Amino acid sequence: MDFDLNESQSLLQDSIRKTLTAKYGFENRKAYMASETGWSREMWAQYAELGLLGLPFAEEDGGFGGGPEETMLVAEQMGRHITLEPWFSTVVLGGGFLRHGADAALRQEMVEGVAAGETLLTFAQTERQSRYDLFDVQTTAKKDGSGWVITGRKGMVLHGDTADQFFVTARVSGASRDRGGIGVFVVPATADGVSVRGFRTVDGQRAAEVDFTGARATHVLGDPEGGLSLVDRVVDEAIAVLAAETIGAMDVVHAMTLDYMKTRQQFGRAIGSFQALQHKAADMLVAIEQSRSMAYFATMAGQGTDAGERRRNMHAVKAQIGRSQRLVGQQSIQLHGGIAMTMEYAAGHYFKRLTVNEAMFGDTDHHLRALADAGGLVQAA
Amino acid sequence: MELRFTGVELNFRQEVRDFLAAECPPETRAHLTSGKSPTKAMVVEWQKKLNARGWAAPEWPVEHGGPGWSPAQKYIFREELQMWPAPMPLGFNINMCGPVIIEFGTEEQKKRFLPRMRNLDDWWCQGFSEPGAGSDLAGLKTKAVLENGEWVINGQKTWTTLAQHADWIFVLARTDFTAKKQEGISFLLVDMKSPGITVRPIITIEGGHEVNEVFFDDVRVPADQLVGEVNKGWDCAKFLLGNERFGQARVGASRERIRRLKMIAKETLDGGRPLIEDPEFRRQVTEMEIELKALEMTVMRVIANETKRAGTGKPDPATSVLKIKGTEIQQGVSELLMKAAGPYAWVDGDPDAEGSNDWDVAPDWAFGLAGIYFNWRKQSIYGGSNEIQRNIMAKAFLGL
Repeated sequence: MDFDLNESQSLLQDSIRKTLTAKYGFENRKAYMASETGWSREMWAQYAELGLLGLPFAEEDGGFGGGPEETMLVAEQMGRHITLEPWFSTVVLGGGFLRHGADAALRQEMVEGVAAGETLLTFAQTERQSRYDLFDVQTTAKKDGSGWVITGRKGMVLHGDTADQFFVTARVSGASRDRGGIGVFVVPATADGVSVRGFRTVDGQRAAEVDFTGARATHVLGDPEGGLSLVDRVVDEAIAVLAAETIGAMDVVHAMTLDYMKTRQQFGRAIGSFQALQHKAADMLVAIEQSRSMAYFATMAGQGTDAGERRRNMHAVKAQIGRSQRLVGQQSIQLHGGIAMTMEYAAGHYFKRLTVNEAMFGDTDHHLRALADAGGLVQAA
Repeated sequence: MELRFTGVELNFRQEVRDFLAAECPPETRAHLTSGKSPTKAMVVEWQKKLNARGWAAPEWPVEHGGPGWSPAQKYIFREELQMWPAPMPLGFNINMCGPVIIEFGTEEQKKRFLPRMRNLDDWWCQGFSEPGAGSDLAGLKTKAVLENGEWVINGQKTWTTLAQHADWIFVLARTDFTAKKQEGISFLLVDMKSPGITVRPIITIEGGHEVNEVFFDDVRVPADQLVGEVNKGWDCAKFLLGNERFGQARVGASRERIRRLKMIAKETLDGGRPLIEDPEFRRQVTEMEIELKALEMTVMRVIANETKRAGTGKPDPATSVLKIKGTEIQQGVSELLMKAAGPYAWVDGDPDAEGSNDWDVAPDWAFGLAGIYFNWRKQSIYGGSNEIQRNIMAKAFLGL
């Protein structure tokens, strides 16, 4: 067991930290959010320059061969600044499909553009009826000549309004909630029959509702009727990344809260001197440290090759961190008092990101139930 | 970053399991599996076996009979014992008083006490808390006065765990009555057979005799039984209390209890179906498992930091999580066990009796679960209450 960073990991962490500290203050973020795309193209170019966008891809595909630990470090820093750029959707989700599902030709076609910051990817999965069930897919894929055409509506597609390529789950056969019969298809944003309505999410990111109307896919990843295991794998890795991002955001909002408690005077003393408030701040620390432990566990378990065990572990991660981030987010507002209710103050923005992350790929209730139904983590005596 | 146990560590785990299978008496295992505390005879027999194997004092340096394990090995050892379950090495001897003598004691004291401690020839108990000094330990009033080369102790200790078994007691006593409260305290080793010592049982709410009051009435102690310097006993106390880094997490013990809980929840019916199939109950169990997994990883982090930061004396915020979360989980699981037993949890047996359920009035597995639930409420109180832990965190880690 070794939780320390090696030299290249430390360098990576330092370089992101320096860049984001210099260019991603709260005021910068507001300006990026107010820009036309809702995020910063300039920062995106910086990420490419730092090598963050090609980090997890194999070197032979044009990446830098980083592992899950490196991605965890990047995510944590992104979380510290609650960044707005499509890193998660492009590198983690789209990139996950490229790494685990694409053949060499497709990787050749796309990885270089992703690493250079020229190609944006995303995952089109949620449907009106699906809630958090990845297998609940009504969007259809029909064979048409040598290819596939996709028809259906996908919601909450992260950064769907700027993405160049969609990885779309679509049903080839079976009923709406069958685990089989689902494929993962690649559809370019420029294809005929793709219509995108973009909007802002509550945490300041962009997303889109995307209609596919007989849109022609350029690729199918693997077995067109056996894509769910690939989806599970990509999402499990993404949950580990979200965990690390969430730790970064929780650390910052907790520190912000402590600073405020030390400076805000009421009744002639700093409010941090009141034991009732101290104990709440201590409970936040307990929750954060337990979550940090779970984020390490997620980085380790997200790589598991036994899909059942990996899913159970990621349910545990999501549920534990979900509860913690809710506590930390809510208490950070409470301990600040009125100031944190204002749009001008950063704490509320962290709270909103934490709230969205809690529900991303399944909220706490969803994962608790799923883990309980799967028999939990400990075997009976 | 390497987030897994090494091959060496995994082999060690197997070695511990093999030893348990070969050496831990089945009666002891069955007794502990039922949830009871081990009897004195069980603890002594087991500790002597551990000592024969060289494993009686995992935390001690090799020159005093420690096994020279890495922090990870120490953790694995504890976890495997708890999961078996087998008795732990006696904490008073091995984790409390022994390390104080090693750190602060004279050569003479080390020679005289340590080998007998390790082999459990002497059972030690802890004389810290007093009726007026609980969370505020430094407020203690028991006093020791030097008379003709002997310390004469007068006062009262309370919550003295298993004093009824003890041959020796280590005592904090006030030796300077003018100094600030932390500065006039000394650490003394006292033979329980000394004239003037009276032990009176305290029966706790579940009916068990675990703790005692210990009265000192002109108890005379040779001067060479004071550890460290006169009036510097608070240093020993702080060292002792700070020593227990990951012991309070008891991850293995909680995992063992959850395994049993699931076994019981499969056997017991609710609405005509096994209780484990009830979504609400199952969810409550799952919540415990999730926090326990996080705690296990927190322990790993503390262990890894101990290796890295050995000797820097810099505390890790994760350590303060261990007591709070460890006890919350243990209490939570004890509550679920009692819940699982339903009405059959109500039989008021004698928790100190060797056998159990002789009258056959409830399923064997239900017997005593309520007693454990009631008894385990102590966990968030002792060893620095969980509220005191939060005060420590606010001061040490949050800067409040």
